[in-house]
Amino acid sequence: MKLSLTKVVNGCRLGKIKNLGKTGDRTIDVPGCLLYTKTGSAPHLTPHTLHNIHRVPAMAQLTLSSLAEHHEVLAEYKEGVGKFIGMPESLLYCSLHDPVSPCPAGYVTNKALQRSTIIGVIEGGDVMEERLRSARETAKRPVGGFLLDGFQGDPMTLETRLHLLSSVTAELPEDKPRLICSVSRPDEVLECIERGVDLFESFFPYQVTERGCALTFSFDYQPNPEETLLQQNGTQEEIKYVHQTKKIKTTGCNQEMTSFEINLKEKKYQGDFEPLVRGCSCYCCQNHTRAYIHHLLVTNELLAGVLLMMHNFEHYFGFFHSIREALKNDRLAQLKELIRRQAS
Amino acid sequence: MAAAASPSSMESAPRIMRLVAECSRSRARAGELRLPHGPVATPVFMPVGTQATMKGITAEQLDALGCRICLGNTYHLGLRPGPELIQKAHGLHGFMNWPHNLLTDSGGFQMVSLVSLSEVTEEGVRFRSPYDGEETLLSPERSVEIQNALGSDIIMQLDDVVSSTVTGPRVEEAMFRSIRWLDRCIAAHRRPDQQNLFAIIQGGLDAHLRTTCLEAWLAKWCHVRTRDPRQQTPGRREAEQMTKRDVPGFAIGGLSGGESKNQFWRMVALSTARLPRDKPRYLMGVGYATDLVVCVALGCDMFDCVFPTRTARFGSALVPTGNLQLKKKQYEKDFRPIDPECACPTCQTHSRAFLHALLHSDNTAALHHLTVHNIAYQLQLMSAVRASIVEKRFPDFVRQFMGTMYGDPTLCPTWATEALASVGITLA
Repeated sequence: MKLSLTKVVNGCRLGKIKNLGKTGDRTIDVPGCLLYTKTGSAPHLTPHTLHNIHRVPAMAQLTLSSLAEHHEVLAEYKEGVGKFIGMPESLLYCSLHDPVSPCPAGYVTNKALQRSTIIGVIEGGDVMEERLRSARETAKRPVGGFLLDGFQGDPMTLETRLHLLSSVTAELPEDKPRLICSVSRPDEVLECIERGVDLFESFFPYQVTERGCALTFSFDYQPNPEETLLQQNGTQEEIKYVHQTKKIKTTGCNQEMTSFEINLKEKKYQGDFEPLVRGCSCYCCQNHTRAYIHHLLVTNELLAGVLLMMHNFEHYFGFFHSIREALKNDRLAQLKELIRRQAS
Repeated sequence: MAAAASPSSMESAPRIMRLVAECSRSRARAGELRLPHGPVATPVFMPVGTQATMKGITAEQLDALGCRICLGNTYHLGLRPGPELIQKAHGLHGFMNWPHNLLTDSGGFQMVSLVSLSEVTEEGVRFRSPYDGEETLLSPERSVEIQNALGSDIIMQLDDVVSSTVTGPRVEEAMFRSIRWLDRCIAAHRRPDQQNLFAIIQGGLDAHLRTTCLEAWLAKWCHVRTRDPRQQTPGRREAEQMTKRDVPGFAIGGLSGGESKNQFWRMVALSTARLPRDKPRYLMGVGYATDLVVCVALGCDMFDCVFPTRTARFGSALVPTGNLQLKKKQYEKDFRPIDPECACPTCQTHSRAFLHALLHSDNTAALHHLTVHNIAYQLQLMSAVRASIVEKRFPDFVRQFMGTMYGDPTLCPTWATEALASVGITLA
């Protein structure tokens, strides 16, 4: 595994992680994200529906917490977890925790995996001294990369955490990739990229799906002026409405809805025959309407989760593609401003 | 209606079925339905997508499995999202983006399944909505009106459905009322050129009542043929009205409830013996593999059932020997696919062991894998049945099927053995 950077702009790194996989010929683009899975499968999706999605990351994230109970089965299977879960061609990253249902702090234990690249974990809570110590010590070890852990939290302490993050990444060698866990929101992703982070988990689109919502935020930092006006008018209306809505409780994801999404359960979508996002190339937007998704949600049909997951993943992966394009074209500031305007 | 000059044009309902082959022993037939959204090979199993969705699988996945006709339900869709919205969405096809054929049930079955919420009169069925307590009347006219808005390729008459375990005068009442309701459905049908209205033969488990129903039906139809079309008398208009009652297909209803299999098959056989040969016979609510094979032998062409898709969501995979309850511990380390002979995407990629693990998680993908497989199983079974009829080896196919399912053809359930024997197929 080798990180090859093509550009570094104001601390943002653009490049590729190369020489991955069994035959060493696979690459991952950075900044990038990992495909979020539950028990080795993208949520709601079979390989057929997963393959409908464009720009699926080359690397999938498995969570040890979901696989640990099957480790005897895997041992007897002998052909590797990739084949077992039906993703024999995918690169795999195994994290300790599921970012959607993480273990409380203090209960972390380490587990070694053979024939894999080990990622060193940077800990230290919110104590600068401990963070620096963790970074420096881990950097001395022959690890393939670094996982920045414990940087998630509430918006109140965001600035502190971002400051901490900058200090940590400053201690890390530039030629090894930096992953961060539990940070997945578009605005926070950009903040972290500016502080030297390369890879992210993609659980945010899953959380959006679970609350019956669809990602609609724009990442088109070079739109045509007419389209901007149309989009802006739509976005403004939606942002206004969001400020009035209350917290939405959903099973397993007691998260507040963000201004990056719309809630398809709302009555106003009952007769809306537009796609979730005009111009989106995902299977859901190419084939279905907001009215149909609304109906599926109201009737508690399983297909709602499938279609929303397909859209939300595609939208999210498209966002990461736009980050890389923006970096390549020196337009990250425009993208950041666009996202900032849409953040609540 | 234009003046009829020749007898053939008196049979005004479109001929939607073309027979391709018939078994020389049994009553099994292979055919092709010509429907507005494309041809459908018969015998056919139609998966049930009650609320404009085949549960967790996409229209594309269903198409890829080879499904060319599936069901929607008028009662459910009439409540949510309602016919007006679906009409705005260009019909049910447009709303769910399904390019192939749709058949909608009239809402009649819910009279039985939701009996505590319904009340039947000559006018129609009065339902109390389980969602908002509001009362709605589902009359023959309203049912057809909704189905016209849905735009399905085959629509069903509203029939007076009684549970097959009910006996006594209620059964007779329901049978005669169903005929009167058929007339009302035909009269109310605004789109006979785009949507095929099927009649439903009722009569419960009473041979006499069923026969009466069939004959009352056929009498109306046959009446047409004995009339001289060149007669310039008021009788001509009556003949034309009679002609309008002709339907493109028939369903056998009121079975697949709690009745014994012994009574069940006899009612099916009685019906197919009397129904016109050149029109499709749709046996409603039948979907267990053995039942499908036997009822094809008895002369049925179309089937629907929630069983395969419902049982999938409980972790049960259908196989030629029965089913696999994949949540059970015995599958934990079983690295074989559900069925090595199955061509479905689930069996091509996943093992029983993985599905077992996934079924014990909260990832709904597990259910979708099994739904895909179970639909594939049903469709592959029907394909195999059809091929055996076309290749003139259906009786052998039946013996082989029963052997695989029960270990030995002679271990087949008695009712099935008798039913098959009644149409000339012996299993020993």
